[in-house]
Amino acid sequence: MKGDYEAVIGLEIHVQMSTRTKMFCSCPVEFGAPPNQNTCPVCTGMPGVLPVINARAVEYAVKAALALGAKVNLKSVMARKNYFYPDLPKGYQISQYELPLAEGGQVVIETENGEKVIRLVRLHIEEDAGKLIHDEKGESLVDLNRAGTPLMEIVTMPDLSSPQEASAFMREVRKIMRYLGISEGDMEKGHLRCDANVSVRRRGEAQLGTKTEVKNMNSFRFVEKALEYEIRRQVQILEEGGEVVQETRLFDPSTGTTRSMRSKEEAHDYRYFPDPDLIPLVLDKNWVDRIEENLPELPRAKKERYIKELNLPPYDAGVLTETKEIAEFFEKVVAEGVSPKKASNWVMVEVMRIIKEKELNIRHLALSPSSLAKLIRMVEEGKLTGNMAKDVLDVCASTGKDPEEVAQEKGYEVLSDEGELESVVRKIVDEHPDEVQKYLSGKDKIIGWFVGQVMRELKGKADPRKAGELVRRILNEKKGS
Amino acid sequence: MKELSREEVLKIARLARLELEDKEIETLRRELGAILGYVARLGEAGADNLDPTFQTLAKPTPMREDEPDEPLGADGVLANAPRKKDGFFVVPKVIE
Repeated sequence: MKGDYEAVIGLEIHVQMSTRTKMFCSCPVEFGAPPNQNTCPVCTGMPGVLPVINARAVEYAVKAALALGAKVNLKSVMARKNYFYPDLPKGYQISQYELPLAEGGQVVIETENGEKVIRLVRLHIEEDAGKLIHDEKGESLVDLNRAGTPLMEIVTMPDLSSPQEASAFMREVRKIMRYLGISEGDMEKGHLRCDANVSVRRRGEAQLGTKTEVKNMNSFRFVEKALEYEIRRQVQILEEGGEVVQETRLFDPSTGTTRSMRSKEEAHDYRYFPDPDLIPLVLDKNWVDRIEENLPELPRAKKERYIKELNLPPYDAGVLTETKEIAEFFEKVVAEGVSPKKASNWVMVEVMRIIKEKELNIRHLALSPSSLAKLIRMVEEGKLTGNMAKDVLDVCASTGKDPEEVAQEKGYEVLSDEGELESVVRKIVDEHPDEVQKYLSGKDKIIGWFVGQVMRELKGKADPRKAGELVRRILNEKKGS
Repeated sequence: MKELSREEVLKIARLARLELEDKEIETLRRELGAILGYVARLGEAGADNLDPTFQTLAKPTPMREDEPDEPLGADGVLANAPRKKDGFFVVPKVIE
């Protein structure tokens, strides 16, 4: 973007809640089922049926609202949003309009210039539409499995000022939803979808420019690409003396561009009205309070605690709190008495390497936190060298065996007899007078070479730290002589 | 009674996907105008200090447990579909 323009962005994020059934009927919510398998008269909009609210979906939405610091309305109203499209069998989507489930709240994101607060307008409950497949014969095929899936819509104030901030916001929302356990947040399955209102203005100008609405951004990367394109397009129009037209634009991932959706121009006239089939949603204050009391520690609070109480570097704290599962694993290792920084190193480097290699969720790792703690202690006590421990860890991670047992099976044992270690060091030193001379003439680094020889002689069974100390002591003895 | 303009009637018809003949437009200008005028009288009732009534049922919100039930499934749902193929409803091509 040219330097003298700034972008103003507001987002609407749709989050699919991880309920077992749909919002208003008992059809299962399932990804990849054969077309129209999970449908019934309610979610296909047959005449004479009545929607009944899924209690779990309400609970999840309340959880989200409280976690985002929004005010939960104890009375909210379901409304009909009317438009015609073949993926919407009733001719209206059940959503919320005048009185949403929650209002206000905020999400803090990290930007290049530090933390930034993104204020929220509202959070409401609604149902998803079905799916359309366009075949080459000029027909569209309708699958209503997704129709009626519970969604939460989160609407922000126009507080975002770059495509990077928009994707950071989306990531943070996904992280919070996953911590709460209310959405899987799987982008490939469309669990998080995002529309944006975008405008640009000259930096420092108070008045907002004309905005466009960009739809269909279903991955973090697409959000950035779509917004980058749209901002560039609007700046170019203004630079050429033109005017931005207020319209809905569709992002096309294959070209990385946005294009006008003329057909949507009138669709904005949704003629919302309270759904006469649904009584206002009235929540019990005690129930809401109980949910609030039982909220888990959220990622930002956790990260801060790791920095302040566990004295971890912010980088470590960020990596460890990226998912709740990794944070919990780490905390269990610390609970076994391992120092936080040691636990952090092992989890961040070795455990995460294994997870990545095996493409596993840490929940499915055979290694238990207490085994890792035991392994770390074995290294601390000098029973295993770092390299031995890594080997042992790999075995434990795929078999779930006890590290002590694995170390024994592998014949890993650090020489605990210092006398034996010392005699090996002396032998090596005696056998290599040239290298000793190099040390004596100031080549300090040669100590590493000696340690390598010692380790080879002992087939890796020595503690390299201890061997290093011994090598130095014995070489220094030569100085005097 | 205030009549609707021709444009207003056509806009509503478009939103409702209704095709109107000229003489229907004239009738609807009158009739819709009369209906809206009738409902507009509610605005004179002076209800500014009352909470809006969204429903007249004095019942708590009924909700259901998140327990799946056997769905009707494709065969049942598609039974009355004018056109179907491989478990899908078939409609004229809609694409943006």
